Amino acid sequence: MNLAIFLLALFDGVAYAALVFIVALGLTLIFGVMRILNVAHGSLYAIGAYTTVTLTGWVLALGFAPILAFPLMLVSAVLVGVLIGGPLEYFLLRRIYDKSEVLQLLVTFAVFMILEDVQRLVWGTRPYFDSSALQALGNISVFGVTYTVYQLILLPLIAVTLLLGMRFFLRHTLTGKLITATTEDREAAQSIGVDADKVFLFTFIIGAVLAGLGGALASPTTSILPGMGADMIVLSFAVVATAGLGQIEGAALTALMIGLGRSFAVYLYPEFSVLVPYLIMVVVLLVRPEGLFGTPSARKI
Amino acid sequence: MSTHKSKTATTISEPGKGHSVMKSPLSLLWLVVILVVMAVPIAAPSMKLLFTFAMAKGLGVLGVTVLLRAGQVSFGHALYFGIAAYAGAFLMAAMPGMDILIVLLAGGIGATVAGLFVGLFVVRYRGIFFGMLNLAFSMIFWSILEKFYHYTGGADGIRLERPNVFGSAMNHTDFGLVLYYMLVALMIGLGWYTMRWFNSPVGQLFQTIKTNETRLEYLGISPKRALLSGYLLSAALCGVGGVMMGMAQGVVTPEYVWWVRSAEMVFIAVLGGSGSVQGAFLGALIYEAVRTYASVYAGDVWQMILGGFLLVIILFAPGGLIGILQSLFKRSHDKTGGGK
Amino acid sequence: MSDALLETRNLVIKFGGVTAADNVSLKIHAGRNLAIIGPNGAGKTTFLNICTGWLKPSQGQVFFEGRDITPLPPRKIVDKGVARAFQIPQLFTEHTALENLLIAVSARDKLRKTVMDMHSIPERAEMLHLLEMVGCADAADTLVVELSEGQRKLIDIAVALALKPKLLLMDEPTSGVASSEKHKIMEILIGALKEAQVTSVFVEHDMGIVENYADEVAVWNSGDVQLRGTPAEILEHPDVIRDVIGEVA
Repeated sequence: MNLAIFLLALFDGVAYAALVFIVALGLTLIFGVMRILNVAHGSLYAIGAYTTVTLTGWVLALGFAPILAFPLMLVSAVLVGVLIGGPLEYFLLRRIYDKSEVLQLLVTFAVFMILEDVQRLVWGTRPYFDSSALQALGNISVFGVTYTVYQLILLPLIAVTLLLGMRFFLRHTLTGKLITATTEDREAAQSIGVDADKVFLFTFIIGAVLAGLGGALASPTTSILPGMGADMIVLSFAVVATAGLGQIEGAALTALMIGLGRSFAVYLYPEFSVLVPYLIMVVVLLVRPEGLFGTPSARKI
Repeated sequence: MSTHKSKTATTISEPGKGHSVMKSPLSLLWLVVILVVMAVPIAAPSMKLLFTFAMAKGLGVLGVTVLLRAGQVSFGHALYFGIAAYAGAFLMAAMPGMDILIVLLAGGIGATVAGLFVGLFVVRYRGIFFGMLNLAFSMIFWSILEKFYHYTGGADGIRLERPNVFGSAMNHTDFGLVLYYMLVALMIGLGWYTMRWFNSPVGQLFQTIKTNETRLEYLGISPKRALLSGYLLSAALCGVGGVMMGMAQGVVTPEYVWWVRSAEMVFIAVLGGSGSVQGAFLGALIYEAVRTYASVYAGDVWQMILGGFLLVIILFAPGGLIGILQSLFKRSHDKTGGGK
Repeated sequence: MSDALLETRNLVIKFGGVTAADNVSLKIHAGRNLAIIGPNGAGKTTFLNICTGWLKPSQGQVFFEGRDITPLPPRKIVDKGVARAFQIPQLFTEHTALENLLIAVSARDKLRKTVMDMHSIPERAEMLHLLEMVGCADAADTLVVELSEGQRKLIDIAVALALKPKLLLMDEPTSGVASSEKHKIMEILIGALKEAQVTSVFVEHDMGIVENYADEVAVWNSGDVQLRGTPAEILEHPDVIRDVIGEVA
C-alpha cells in the first residue's frame, strides 16, 4: 500500500465517518432521551437526500448558482424533521411510550416500511445523482492526492461542529438541561413543571433533522436510490451500538473507526468492505456487551 | 415508562391461555381447516401453489412466533430461511439425485447450526439489540451472497435441482404434490411439536424470559441457555420452511435473506396472533392470498399497506387474527348460554 | 474447614463513595434461623446480593459448606443449595401461582423434556401441597399479576422452597402481608423450614417477628454486623433500642 492509496483510504474513511456520525447522532439522541430506537431513521435519511436533489434540481434549472445547493440542504433537513418527524412523534410515538420495547420497535419498523414505499411513489426507482455542491467547492491536493474540499474539509467540519454543538447544547443551555433532566427522571422533571411532551417532540424533531441532514449532505457524493435507508439504519445502529446506546461522543469515535475500517477494506479486501462495520460491531459487543462507552445497567433487586 | 411494562406486555402474549372453555369448538375448526387444506390439490388445483408457498412461509413465521413467546422479536430470521435453502441447493449441485428427505434434513441442520453460532452471540441481548443484531447478521449473509457470486451465483441465485423421491426422479406435477403433502405433514407435525414444546418444562422456562429473568437465574437456570433453546427451535423451523420453499420454487436467490422477507415474517406472526401456532399458518395463508391477488394492483405500495396494517394491529387488535377469532367464539359461546 | 453452612470472610463492597459492606465476616450455622435487623440503607440487602453471587465483592470471600463460591454466578450458587426470596417478589407475572411453582420444580430437577406437558409432571402434587402450606391454595390458578402483594410474597417464598434448598435467604418475608396474618405465616414458614431441615436467614423490621421466630439475631449497621446474640440479649441492648428499634417505631 503506497502513500497515495493510504491517503485516499484515510480521506474516504473520514468523509464517510462524518456522514454516518451525523445520522447516528440523531439516532442516539432520540434513544438517549426517549428510549426508542427509531428504525424509520434510515428513511428520514433517504428522504433528506431525495428532497435535496429535487430542490437543487429545481433551483439550478431556474438558473441560480450551484452554491445555493448548501442552504437547500439545510432546508431539506428541516423539512424532513418538521414535516415527517414532528407528526410521527405527535400522532404515533406518543401513544406507545408506555408499551414494551419490542412493540415500540415494531411500530417504528412499520413506519419504516411505509416510508420506503412513499419514497418509491414520490421519486420512483431510478437513481438520482447531483454533485453540483461537490463541484462548487472544488478540489484540494494533499501530498499529491487530489480530493474534494466538500468531503475532506466540509463534512468533517460539520460533523465536529455538530458534536461540539450538541455537547454545548445539552450541558449549557436551558433547553438542553431540560432535555437531560427529562431523560434522567421523567416524573421528577414533570413535577418541577417541565413539559415532557414538548421535550420529547422537540428532541425527536432534532433527531429527525439530523437524519435528514445526513441524507442531504450525502446526496452530492452518492447515487440516491431505493434501499439506501435500510443500509443506513443498520449501519448507524452498528455505530450507536458499538459506542453504547445514548453515547454521543462515543458515537463519533466509533463512526470514525467503522468509517476507516470500511474504507481501508475497500482498497485492501473489497469483497469484505460491506462486512467490516458489522465485524467491528460484533467483536466489540463480544468483549463489551454494553458497547465501548456504555455502562452496564445494574438490575436492581 | 417502565412502570407500565408488566401490564402492557400482555398485549403480545399467547392468546390461548385460560380460555379452555372455547377450546373444543376452535379445535374442531382447525380439524376442518386441515381437511380443506388436504383437499386443495384435488378440489382446486389452481390454488395448490399458493397453499404450498403459504405453508412453507408459515413454518418460517412459526420460528418468529416462538421468539415472540419470550417477548423477543428478530428482524433477521429470513437468514435461516435462506441458509437452509442455499444448503439444499448446494447439496443438490454437489450430489445430483439426492433424496428429498436428505435435502430437507440438510436444510434443517444447516439452519440449526447457523442458529447455534449466531444464537450464542445474540442471546446475550434482549429487545432492541436482539432485534437489530439479528437484522445485522442477515444483512451480512445477504451481502456475502451478493458479493461472492462465483460460489453463490450473486443476485441471480442458484438453481435448486429437483431431488429424487425415495430413489426415483419425478415429473414436475408429481413432485409438486409430494412437496404439498410433505408440507401438510410438516405443518401438522412441527405445529403439534411446537405447541407441546410451549407447554413443556423447557418451553415454559424459555417463555419466562419475557417476564422475569432474575427469578429464572435464581432458579438455577441460565437465561441465555433458556433463550438459546428457543432460538435453535426457531432457526430450525425457519430452515425447514426455507428449504421447502427452495424446492418449491426451484431456484434460490439472495432475496430469501433480504430484510424485507424478515419483516414479512414478523408481520405475519403479529397479524396471525403473536405467539399462536395456528395464527402463524393462518396469517401466512391470508398474507399469501392477499399478496397474490392484491400485489397485481398495489405492487408499488405493498410495503406501505403492510406497514399500515401492522400499525393497526399493534394499536387496535394486539391479539391478531387468532385473538379476534377467539373473542368471536367466546361471544357466540356466551350468547348461547354456555360456560362452565 | 469450619462448621458454618455459609461463611463470609472480610467482605468489602463499595458503591461510588459509599461502603455498603465493610469487612464483613459472618458465620451462618446449620439449623439456626438467623434474623438480620438494622436501619434502612445499612447494607442488609446488599449482603444477601453478595452471598448469592448477584454482586461481587471487591474484597473477601463467601464460602458455602466450606467451598469458595465467591466467583460463581447466582444460578450455580442456587444449584449448591442456596435459595432466595426477595423483598419485591420476583415471579413470572403472566403465569399462575401454581405454574410458577411448576416452573421452579422443573428448573430444580433440570427437566429437559420437550413434549411433556408441564402440568402433568409428577411433582405437581408436591407443589400443590407447598402452595397449601403457605396458605395460597386458592390462588393456584390465578395469574400472579392479579394477586395481592402479600400473596405474591408468600408465593415468592414457596418458589424458593420448591428448590429444596439447604439455606434460604429471605428479604423481609412478611412485609406487604397484613399485620394480623404475619405471625400465622411465620409460624407456618418456620415450621415448614424445620420440617424440610432448611436453615433460614431473614432480614426483618418487625421486632415481634424477630423475637418469636429467630434463633439468633445479627444487628447490621454502617455496612457491618455490630452485635450478635439471642433475640432476648439483642432486643434489650441499649444501642439496639436507640439505633434500630427507635427508628422502626
